[in-house]
Amino acid sequence: MFHKGFFKGILGAGVALTLATGLPAIAQETVKVGLILPMTGASASTGRQIEAAAKLFIAQNGNKVAGKTIELIVKDDQGTADMSKRLAQELVVNDKVSILGGFGLTPLALAVGPVATQAKVPAIIMAAGTSMIVDQSPFFVRTSFTLPQNTTPIAVWSAKNGIKKVVTLVSDFGPGLDAEKSFKAGFEANGGQVIEQLRAPLANPDFAAFLQKAKDLKPDAVFLFVPSGQGATLMKQVAERGLAQAGIKVIGTGDVTDDDLLNSMGDDLIGMITSHNYSTDHNSPENAAFVAAFNKANPNMRPNFMAAGGYDGMALIYKALEKTGGSTDGVKLVEAMKGLAWTSPRGPISIDPATRDIIQNVYIRKVEKKNGQLYNVEFDTIPNFKDPTHK
Amino acid sequence: MSMSHLTENSAGASSRLLSAAKWRWYEIAFWIVAASLFFVFPTRLALLTEIVTLGLLALSIDLILGFAGIVTLGQGAFFGLGAYAAGIAAKYGMGVAPLSDPIVGLLIAGAVAGAVGFVTSFLVLRGSDLTRLMVTLGVGLIFAEVVNQARSITGGADGLQGVMLSPVLGIFDFDLYAQTAYVYSLGTLFVLFVIARVVMNSSFGLSLKAIKGNPLRSRAIGIPVNPRLIATYTLAAAYAGIAGGLLAQTTQAASPDMIAFHRSADTLLILVFGGAGHLYGGIIGAVAFRLMQDAFSSGSPDVWLAAVLNALPSFLNFWPIPNVLTVIFGLMGPKYWSLWLGLVLVLLVLFVRGGILGLVQSIYVRIFPSRNKVKP
Amino acid sequence: MLTILFDGIAYGMLLFILGIGLCITLGLMNFINLAHGAFAMAGGYLAVVMMNSYGISIYWCLPAAFVFSALLGALLERTLYVHLYDKSHLDQVLFSIGLVFIAMAIVDYAMGANQQIVNLPPSLEGRIDFLGASIGVYRLFVIAICGLLTVGLQFVLAKTRFGSRLRAAVDDGRAARGLGINVTTIFALTFAVGSGLAGLGGALSTGIISLDPTFPLKYMIYFLIVISVGGTTTITGPFFASILLGVADVAGKYYVPAVGGFIIYTIMVAVLILRPQGLFTRSTSR
Repeated sequence: MFHKGFFKGILGAGVALTLATGLPAIAQETVKVGLILPMTGASASTGRQIEAAAKLFIAQNGNKVAGKTIELIVKDDQGTADMSKRLAQELVVNDKVSILGGFGLTPLALAVGPVATQAKVPAIIMAAGTSMIVDQSPFFVRTSFTLPQNTTPIAVWSAKNGIKKVVTLVSDFGPGLDAEKSFKAGFEANGGQVIEQLRAPLANPDFAAFLQKAKDLKPDAVFLFVPSGQGATLMKQVAERGLAQAGIKVIGTGDVTDDDLLNSMGDDLIGMITSHNYSTDHNSPENAAFVAAFNKANPNMRPNFMAAGGYDGMALIYKALEKTGGSTDGVKLVEAMKGLAWTSPRGPISIDPATRDIIQNVYIRKVEKKNGQLYNVEFDTIPNFKDPTHK
Repeated sequence: MSMSHLTENSAGASSRLLSAAKWRWYEIAFWIVAASLFFVFPTRLALLTEIVTLGLLALSIDLILGFAGIVTLGQGAFFGLGAYAAGIAAKYGMGVAPLSDPIVGLLIAGAVAGAVGFVTSFLVLRGSDLTRLMVTLGVGLIFAEVVNQARSITGGADGLQGVMLSPVLGIFDFDLYAQTAYVYSLGTLFVLFVIARVVMNSSFGLSLKAIKGNPLRSRAIGIPVNPRLIATYTLAAAYAGIAGGLLAQTTQAASPDMIAFHRSADTLLILVFGGAGHLYGGIIGAVAFRLMQDAFSSGSPDVWLAAVLNALPSFLNFWPIPNVLTVIFGLMGPKYWSLWLGLVLVLLVLFVRGGILGLVQSIYVRIFPSRNKVKP
Repeated sequence: MLTILFDGIAYGMLLFILGIGLCITLGLMNFINLAHGAFAMAGGYLAVVMMNSYGISIYWCLPAAFVFSALLGALLERTLYVHLYDKSHLDQVLFSIGLVFIAMAIVDYAMGANQQIVNLPPSLEGRIDFLGASIGVYRLFVIAICGLLTVGLQFVLAKTRFGSRLRAAVDDGRAARGLGINVTTIFALTFAVGSGLAGLGGALSTGIISLDPTFPLKYMIYFLIVISVGGTTTITGPFFASILLGVADVAGKYYVPAVGGFIIYTIMVAVLILRPQGLFTRSTSR
């Protein structure tokens, strides 16, 4: 039952100590990729989407790239930062991974930053969405999205579509504050006015008070952001609170109308407008193939934007390895990743060489019912959109 | 228990009490093994460091629960306070001593947590077990909320970033292999352990045992019950703070989950798992708990299942056996480690008294009954 | 203003139904059952499966959740809990946390880690206006059910033979036993009913708050607060405590969002300092 590293550890005791000053850049036949994900706890759905998507990518594309065999190691950090950091250290030191990935929430990614820098190992952010994470280590590369990137389009769209006064309600943590700030900036630059900014604690069972307050302020619309997996409760209470009946529109980022949960949220959501980087309903051959394969492998799940981040994260790793000819040198890999561009299930994406952040289309979508199921149907595209807060 | 003490003559009693303070061979062996792990598992030092900090936190709970008999669910509050105190000090020290010096950081962490422990100890003196559970829990929740709200100081729900430390003793930098971290944490644990051992074997510690046994009678024979409890609670809070400081320093971050209820509950479990009241229980419990968690959360059950199904003799390969095996192995995946942890806990409470150390002790007594005639 | 009061009462009522079983078992057998939330979760998930997968009406789901959790409670009480009555509080805490861990893993395995919500029938959706305040129909429904249950419980406790035996057992188990009251049976029955109520509360709560495998841990804290403020010797104590907490929580978040999160914890610690036996308890005779 002991982890196999224990036995390896006994054998390699002497050797490893002599190597402790720097990581060996010996060409290995196996390239290990370590994913650190929240598989249990409040953000478990994020981890499971990414794990499923990463495994799907390997199943579809084979585990051989540039003559190397890819081995995926998934570790559960339970959504706690000290665990993320420790697991990152162990993956690098003990499992000798060449690439780290995953990171369900901003604090978890930030905890890993120093390890990536010290070990010179690329760390692919497949979920966390606070803008500044990529600045914290030159080895961070992002395949998910940032909140300013996903929020600004809906702010601009609503200002241009007759919405004048908005109350924002976000979860009180990094990404939520990013969303709040970007919305205000984008919305007010286009003539709108944010009349109140409400912040709900991250762990909050009951949104009633906040929604009531938003309703009492009588805005034209309420802008919502909660992290992936928490939208169901919020939208339930939005419907119950009767915002629509009071003539208040509900807008948000696509985190709220999470594809994985959307169906269970009920028909009250029909007509809600959000902006986001991925929808299960995205109309392209790449996405159709992705969704079909994902559903086949995971019958009870619908791929959401987290799955897209995980899938593209693996794609990025494969493409970078091809480019380096199988070299696992961290600096070379990050260099190879910069500027890579390809068509993902979510549309065309690329890695900005300057910031190592993702450039992608952001879509304006409306919740609609198709074949008895709810989907975020895209009706407008902001092509190749960069995070506006990056210099 | 008290009867046997009364019937003994005082010379016998004091020699027995003195012998308890002597270092045993197995204790020395324990610390030698702990130190030698540095060479045995050079690639697992990050995990071992975490176990050491967890062990120190469990030790702090042992001081109040195992020795003073106060049940607490709030030790995580002091742990978190220490983590934030050390983290914030290091952050504003910008990587330069004295503020960013690790040892100074630990002293700050211990002092802050100890001070808050002293203030809140007055709440814990009153009431029953249940009230104490509630009060310690409530205090912990309030601190968690403070950390969450004071974004400008603590970083809020995103945690504290930018913790920069100067090298330990001005020489050893924290490295990727966690070599410095392990030696530093183990050294801290050892020093604090020795202090705790001396204190608990002194007349102070013995009076605590008396208070735990019967507070009313202790008061009657002149033991200042409340001051002793306050002192112990404060000491334990400072220990927990130092443990938190260690974790914040070795992971270069402090986050709200360090102060969360989970941490208190888990550590209480760890202590009871190892065996309370022996000082070693928390450390042993931390080792067992983390190894178990690590084994379950990094297992690859699909591979094991395939192997088992392949090896399954054909006469066993009929419904429902493969299906049951699939479910069992499915539950061994990283997502469900809490199932096994829960099972172990339930079985432990139902069948094993006194945790791992209690088990060892009872086996020892069974093998060498003659050496333990005076066991109460 | 009235709306906030109303929302707070609904939330408090829900807490009351979820937690009352725990109060009674604690008062009756001095047993700390931290796994109480697991029974609520069981009822909640049963309701979710019945409603979402089989389309069964909520009016059938609620009693089913009650019966299911009650049976589950009775089963576990007879097989496992019964061995723990004479153990220390600490053992009870550890044992029941162990049960919570097991329950969380099983639910996760069977149902996944996603938040589960139910789609209510149209008759329970929407809002009505009452004295100028806008009131959610479902919250009204929750208040009605919880109110009826509270009155019913109070009646059973105060007026029936079973109730007087139960009260006798809570006040002094040894003397009650001496009078020929079968405390063991009373306890088993009470434990089952308490678990059943939790299951019902869990099912009701799926219409307002979310259900996921961390439910028992997330709400354990709220139950404990209800108990510590309300005491365990009456049922009116926890009732008023729940209402107080619900209203304070909702109103706090509405009027002073910056400190909203502190309010209930502060109330709890304040009450425990000033009145360690709970705010709403009779003077203890024990």
